[in-house]
Amino acid sequence: MTWLDLTPDEWNAVHLSIKVGLWAMVASLPFGIAIALLLARGNFWGKSLLNGVVHLPLVLPPVVTGYLLLLSFGRRGPIGSFLDEYFGIVFSFRWTGAALACAIMGFPLMVRAIRLSIEAVDRRLESAAGTLGASPLWVFATVTLPLILPGVVAGMILSFAKAMGEFGATITFVSNIPGETQTLPSAIYTFTQVPGGDAGAMRLTLISIAISMIALVVSEIFARRIGQRLDAG
Amino acid sequence: MMLSIDVRHRLGALNLEARFQSAGRLTALFGPSGSGKTSLINIVAGLIRPDSGRIDIDGRTLVDTAQHSFVPAHKRRVGFVFQDARLFPHLNVRSNLLYGRWFTPQAERYAEFDRVVEMLGIGHLLARRPALLSGGEKQRVAIGRALLASPKLLLMDEPLASLDDARKSEIMPYLERLRDETRIPIVYVSHSIAEVARLATDIVVMAEGKVVASGPTIGIMQRLDLLPPEEVGEGGAVLDMTVLHHDESFGMTVLGTAAGEMRVPRIARPEGAAVRVRIRARDVMIATERPKGLSALNILPGRIAEISKVDGTQVDLKLDCHGDLLVSRITRQSFEALHLAVGREVFAVIKTVAFDSANLSPGAPLVLTSD
Repeated sequence: MTWLDLTPDEWNAVHLSIKVGLWAMVASLPFGIAIALLLARGNFWGKSLLNGVVHLPLVLPPVVTGYLLLLSFGRRGPIGSFLDEYFGIVFSFRWTGAALACAIMGFPLMVRAIRLSIEAVDRRLESAAGTLGASPLWVFATVTLPLILPGVVAGMILSFAKAMGEFGATITFVSNIPGETQTLPSAIYTFTQVPGGDAGAMRLTLISIAISMIALVVSEIFARRIGQRLDAG
Repeated sequence: MMLSIDVRHRLGALNLEARFQSAGRLTALFGPSGSGKTSLINIVAGLIRPDSGRIDIDGRTLVDTAQHSFVPAHKRRVGFVFQDARLFPHLNVRSNLLYGRWFTPQAERYAEFDRVVEMLGIGHLLARRPALLSGGEKQRVAIGRALLASPKLLLMDEPLASLDDARKSEIMPYLERLRDETRIPIVYVSHSIAEVARLATDIVVMAEGKVVASGPTIGIMQRLDLLPPEEVGEGGAVLDMTVLHHDESFGMTVLGTAAGEMRVPRIARPEGAAVRVRIRARDVMIATERPKGLSALNILPGRIAEISKVDGTQVDLKLDCHGDLLVSRITRQSFEALHLAVGREVFAVIKTVAFDSANLSPGAPLVLTSD
């Protein structure tokens, strides 16, 4: 099994991919819940526009999304220069940029999963909580959130899985720098571009499959446990 | 407590225009489905904002559209027991019960956990999940949950409607204890005369969004014209009586009232206890002279105080029996054959065979039936 021994660069890619995926998942979660709430419950002008913008990364070529990110979040882009100047946050050609690209690409999947679970919540339970003295914020924290937890978990896993596979937008936005922005897909792509890279590409492919399977199994176990708690109880 | 309501609200085809005041311990909103009862208590709870009007409880204004004031539901301290219980599925019974307590200021918590649990008989359910409870148990937990938020007013929206008869009679005594052992004023929505007569101190009758009549239970129950057709058979006189003594040789109990003595099968109440008896209009026969050779035990003399023709075939009579009012529904044929008229002295014949023994808590009406 010596062919499974990873080189330091390969380890870096695995490590970086997981880091980028986790950050993309965690950082987009609050926004995902907020936007899902707006879309599920809100009734405002421009709702279908917001819905369209959120889903755009799903239908646009990833390269286009990456290029748009580069234009807006790059060092010279309007948002990128603002964040750099006032907060010292830089996205371009950094692993944070990879996380941003992955978060945006996974966002529609996350919002969709959470939105569906919010729409399935029995709102009469929320008004019951209101008559018991809970303010709208407490109702959300103590009734709505626990009830939509399965959807939130599903959304998080989808976002993470999307991040593990994200390639086009990432490579366009933050390039393919080993140790900084070279995630698993970029590393596999690099291997396929050099002679004799087949073994390396295969190793990383197997690892990629393993990580995705583990994520799916963990989410399945989690969702089942929450489901049991809600059904049985 | 004084609850005063004067609201107007349009909801689909329903044009709600309700205005009444009640100081009763348990005020029943009574009427057929679609009469606006549920919308009205949703407005009282703050779940619906009325188009216009005003609601006060003991001088505290909950909503006054003229002043643009609206107290949101979670600040009203008005408890709500829903027809469908609405327990939180992700919490066990104990956490459901304690939910409202968090949000009640310490100084205003009057409901004690142990007492409420004991009163509702739900101590053995505390660790369970709501999905594993029967309909009756769910409803008892829902009542406990509302109580433990220490509300200033408790609203109950047909809490028995989704239960079968066995479950209904399981919960009824708990509702009576709630009325008699706590001082929380209750507004109770129902379309069932039997429930209302047994529980209510005051009744507000609604039809098509309007208040048709309101007042103490005894007065409202005599007005058969207020009842929807399917409930008329349950209408009649409600009398407050005292247990005089028990006749052990026949297994009977003698009840005393202004109208005279009445004998009913033995009830488990001590001598001197007050009981409320409902005598349905269809169970009262009229005789122009004291009948002889009749198996009916209860024959009360009285005078016809009021006659109202219902339709071509039936007539309602109100009899004044020494101050107590009895109601009798007879056919127009008998009415004319007997030459009945206001002021005529007659005898009311009430057959006492069966009654619902679950009705025997203090103040609850016994139903005397003729079958």
